[in-house]
Amino acid sequence: MLRQRQTHGGQNDIKRGKNVSMETDIISTVEFNSSGELLATGDKGGRVVVFQREQESKSQPQRRGEYNVYSTFQSHEPEFDYLKSLEIEEKINKIKWLPQQNAAYFLLSTNDKTVKLWKISERDKRPEGYNLKDEDGRIRDPSTITSLRVPVLQPMDLMVEATARRVFSNAHTYHINSISVNSDLQTYISTDDLRVNLWNLEITDRSFNIVDIKPANMEELTEVITSAEFHPQHCHTFAYSSSKGSIRLCDMRQAALCDKHCKYFEEPEDPSTRSFFSEIISSISDVKFSHNGRYLMTRDYLTVKVWDLQMENKPLETYQVHDYLRGKLCSLYENDCIFDKFECVWNGSDSVIMTGSYNNFFRMFDRNTKRDVTLEASRENSKPRAILKPRKVCVGGKRRKDEISVDSLDFSKKILHTTWHPQENIIAVAATNNLYIFQDKVN
Amino acid sequence: MAGADGDDSLYPIAVLIDELRNEDVQLRLNSIKKLSTIALALGVERTRTELLPFLTDTIYDEDEVLLALAEQLGNFTMLVGGPEYVHCLLPPLESLATVEETVVRDKAVESLRKISQEHSPVDLEVHFEPLVKRLASGDWFTSRTSACGLFSVCYPRVSSTVKAEIRQHFRTLCSDDTPMVRRAAASKLGEFAKVLELDYVKSDIISLFTALASDEQDSVRLLAVEACVSIATLLPQEDLETLVMPTLRQAAEDKSWRVRYMVADKFSELQKAVGPEITKNDLVPAFQNLLKDCEAEVRAAAANKVKEFCENLPEDNREQIIMTHILPCVKELVSDTNQHVKSALASVIMGLSTILGKDNTIEHLLPLFLAQLKDECPEVRLNIISNLDCVNEVIGIRQLSQSLLPAIVELAEDAKWRVRLAIIEYMPLLAGQLGVEFFDEKLNTLCMAWLIDHVYAIREAATCNLMKLVEKFGADWAQNTIVPKVLGMANDPNYLHRMTTLFCINALSDVCGRDITTKQMLPVVLKMSEDQVANVRFNVAKSLQKIGPVLEKITLQNQVKPVLDKLATDKDMDVKYFAHEALSVLELTYPAHD
Repeated sequence: MLRQRQTHGGQNDIKRGKNVSMETDIISTVEFNSSGELLATGDKGGRVVVFQREQESKSQPQRRGEYNVYSTFQSHEPEFDYLKSLEIEEKINKIKWLPQQNAAYFLLSTNDKTVKLWKISERDKRPEGYNLKDEDGRIRDPSTITSLRVPVLQPMDLMVEATARRVFSNAHTYHINSISVNSDLQTYISTDDLRVNLWNLEITDRSFNIVDIKPANMEELTEVITSAEFHPQHCHTFAYSSSKGSIRLCDMRQAALCDKHCKYFEEPEDPSTRSFFSEIISSISDVKFSHNGRYLMTRDYLTVKVWDLQMENKPLETYQVHDYLRGKLCSLYENDCIFDKFECVWNGSDSVIMTGSYNNFFRMFDRNTKRDVTLEASRENSKPRAILKPRKVCVGGKRRKDEISVDSLDFSKKILHTTWHPQENIIAVAATNNLYIFQDKVN
Repeated sequence: MAGADGDDSLYPIAVLIDELRNEDVQLRLNSIKKLSTIALALGVERTRTELLPFLTDTIYDEDEVLLALAEQLGNFTMLVGGPEYVHCLLPPLESLATVEETVVRDKAVESLRKISQEHSPVDLEVHFEPLVKRLASGDWFTSRTSACGLFSVCYPRVSSTVKAEIRQHFRTLCSDDTPMVRRAAASKLGEFAKVLELDYVKSDIISLFTALASDEQDSVRLLAVEACVSIATLLPQEDLETLVMPTLRQAAEDKSWRVRYMVADKFSELQKAVGPEITKNDLVPAFQNLLKDCEAEVRAAAANKVKEFCENLPEDNREQIIMTHILPCVKELVSDTNQHVKSALASVIMGLSTILGKDNTIEHLLPLFLAQLKDECPEVRLNIISNLDCVNEVIGIRQLSQSLLPAIVELAEDAKWRVRLAIIEYMPLLAGQLGVEFFDEKLNTLCMAWLIDHVYAIREAATCNLMKLVEKFGADWAQNTIVPKVLGMANDPNYLHRMTTLFCINALSDVCGRDITTKQMLPVVLKMSEDQVANVRFNVAKSLQKIGPVLEKITLQNQVKPVLDKLATDKDMDVKYFAHEALSVLELTYPAHD
C-alpha cells in the first residue's frame, strides 16, 4: 500500500492561483543514488535538482524520510553547433550516480551531445583573518603591518556546492539516449542512435567506439539503438536495445570492437497481430538489468517484458501496461504519442517492476503474485500521507464508479520517468513538471 | 627571522598569505607555489602550529592548487624544523590523500613516500604507520587506494610485529569490495613483494597474486600481469614453475582480450623475468598464440615485441626457434587483415635480419620486406623504409633497391600530405645508404618536385631536406645538381614557387659556403628585390638578413646595402619593416643615414 509522501515543483504557481508550467520545468529524468539517500532530477531547462532524505530526528519523527532540496545547479546550457548549424538543447536526457567515493557525491548528466561529471560537496568552514585588510574589509596601511597573520578556518553555515569536474564532449554525432557506469567504476558508456562509446571517467579527450551500427549508406538504415546499459556485476557485459524490438548482449572481453553480439534476444512476431503500427510499437524505449544481474527488462509501447539472460528466443514474462490503447493506435500515431519513450524500473529485490502510462497513471507488476496495479500521481490525492487508490480504466461497455473511460484519458499527462529506491519501497515519479514521491506505509 | 620586526619585507609575505584564499585560482596557485617563502617568514614554530592546520583544511580547493600543495609539502621538512618534526606534515598530506582526484592523491602519496624516509624509525612507528593504517581502513575507497602505495616504504623500517600488521592490511585491501582498491593493490603488489622477506613472498604474495589474477574484474586481472614480472624476478628459478607459471599461463589465455593484450605488451619483461628454460618451454608457444590471437589489438601488441622476443631467446637454439616457431607466424602477420597489426610488425621486422644473419635474411625475410613495401597501407611501407638501416648492415640495401624505388615514388606522390611529409623526412637517411649515384639517378627529381608541392609543410620540409642532402653529399654536388634547379625557380610565374627559391637559399647558404652563395645565389636574390609581389620582396629582405653573415663585408656594403636601402623605402609596410630589420641586424645603418 503506497502513501503519498511529497510533491515537488509547481506549488508556487498554484498558490498564486495560476497553474502555468514552463516548458523548461518539465522533468526529463529522475534517479536515486546507490544508497537512496539522494534523488536527482534533470529537466528540459538543463537544471539538475538533488534532493536529500532527512535524517531521523526525535523532535519531528514524521519528517523522517522526507526528501528536501539539497542542491540545484545548471548542468547544461543551450548551445549552437556552428559547423552543422544545429541547436543543441540543454535538456538533461539522463542522470547516473557514481557510487560514493569520499564525502562528496558524484553524478553524470548528459544532454544530446555532452556528458558532464558533477561533484556535489559540502563546505562548513571558511577562512578568516587577513593581513592587508581589517575585519570590516578596509585596506590597512602597509606600514602598520608589523606581524603576519595566518588565516584560521571558522565554522559557517553549511553550503552545498556543485562543480563540473569533467566534460566529455565531441564524441557523438547523434543524440545521446543513455549513459551507464561500469561496475569496474573506472569506465562508462554513452550511447547515441547509432553508436556506443566507452569512456574512462578520468579521461575526457578520448573515448573508444565499441558499437557502430551506422551503415555505409544512410539510406540503408533500418534500425537505431534506443538504450544501453552495463551489467550490474559483470564489468565486461552490456546490453543495448533497438528500435526493432531486439536486445543484444555484448561481451567486451571477446574483442575491442563489439560489433558482434554474444546474445540476441527477440520474440518472433505473431503474424496475426501484424499491422501498420507493429514496428513502431515494438521499438524498445528502455532496457534495464535486474539488480541480481539475471534478468533484463525492456519496455516497448504497450508492454514490459522480462527476459532471462539464458533464454534468447522469448521473454520470461510479458506484462500489458495499457493494452486498452491497442485500438487507439491510429490517433496516438496522429498526435505523436506513439513515439513516447517510457522508462521502466525494478524494485530493490527485483520482485516488482514499475513503468509509466498516460493520464498521470503508472503501473506496478508484482512478479511473484502476478498482481498488478494502476496508480495515479496527481495533486488531487497529493495530501501528505494519503493512501493511493488503485485506478481502473474501462474499455467500452458501462463504466463503473471510480473507473475512467479510455476516451477520457489525458494523453498530455504522461509518466515517462520513474525511479525506485535501491533498498526501500520508496518511488519517485515524474509527471511533467511535478515530482511525486510515494512510500510504502510507514509509521 | 623577519617575523618580529615591522620592516617592509613583511608586506610581500602578507600579500602572499592573503592570496592563499584569493578568489582568483591563479593567485592562489601562485601563493601555494611560494609556500616555502611564507613558511620561512613565519618560522618553523608558526608554520607547524598555524600554517599547516590551515592547509590541512584547504582540501576544498581546485585540483591544480591541491596538486601544487601536495608537491610542496614533500619538500617541507626543513621548513617545519627538520626530521624531528617531519610528522607535522602528515595531517595535510593525509587529507590530500583522500580527495577524489587521482593526480592529487598520487602526488600526496608521492610526497608521503618521500617524507617517510625522513622519519626516524621510532617516528615511523609512532606517526607514519598509524597514518597508513588509518588510510587503509578508511570509509572511502579514495583513502584505501592511497594506502596501497605506502606499505612498501614503511615495511623495511619497522619492527616485526608492525610488519605483520602491515602484511595483514595489504591482504585485506587485495580483497577489498571496490575494484578501485583492488586495482591499486594489484598495481603495488610487485613493489610490495620486493620489500618483503622471501618466505613471505612465497606464503603471502603468491596467494594474493593468484587471487588478483583471477579477479572477476578484467581491469584487476590485467594489473596482476604487471606484478607477475616483479614477482618472477624475486623468486628462485625452481619455484617459478609451481608458483608463477600456472597464473601466467592462465593470463595468456584469459577470456578477456585486454588481459591478453597486457601479457603481449609486457612480454619482453616477462621473458627476462622467467629466464631461458621457461621461455623455451612455455613462452614460445604462448607468444605464438598471441601472434595468432583473434583480437587485432593483441596481435599488434605481440607483433611489436617480435624483435625483442627473438633477441632475448637463449642463444644456443635461437635461430632454430625463430625459424620453426616464430617466422611462420610472422609470415601470416604480413598479410594480416588489420593495418595496425601490419604496421606494428613493419616497425620491428627489419630488426630480425641482424639476428638471423645474411643467408636467412635473403631467403626468408627479404620476401616479407618486399611484400610489406608493396602493402596497401602507407604506414606499413613507411615503417619499413624508416628501418632500412638494420638491413643495410646485414645484406646491403642494393638487394632491396629494385622494390624500394617504386615504394618510395608511390609514397612521395601519396594523396595524403602527412604521408609525403613522412617520406621526405627519411630522404637524407635513404640518400646516405643508397649512395650519390643511385640518388641522382632515381630520387633527385622527387626531391625537386616536392619544392613545388601545393602544401606549404611539404615545401618547407623539402627545403630542409635539401640542406641535409648537401650536408651529406657536399657543396660541389650541390652546385652541380640542385643549385641551378633551385635558382631556376626564381623565374617561375607562381610567386609561391619564387618564394621557395628564397627559402631554399636561406637553408642552403650556410652549407654551400661563401663562394656559391656570393657568386650564384646572391645575384638571384638581389634581382628578386624588384619582384612585383610584396611577399616576395619582404622575403628578399629576410633572405638577405639570413645569408648576410656568409658574405664578405665588401659584398654586403656594395651589393646588399643598396638593395636593402631601396626596399626600406618600399611602399609596402611589411617590406619596409623587414628591410630595416635586415639593415640593423647586418649593421649596415649609419647614424648619418637618417
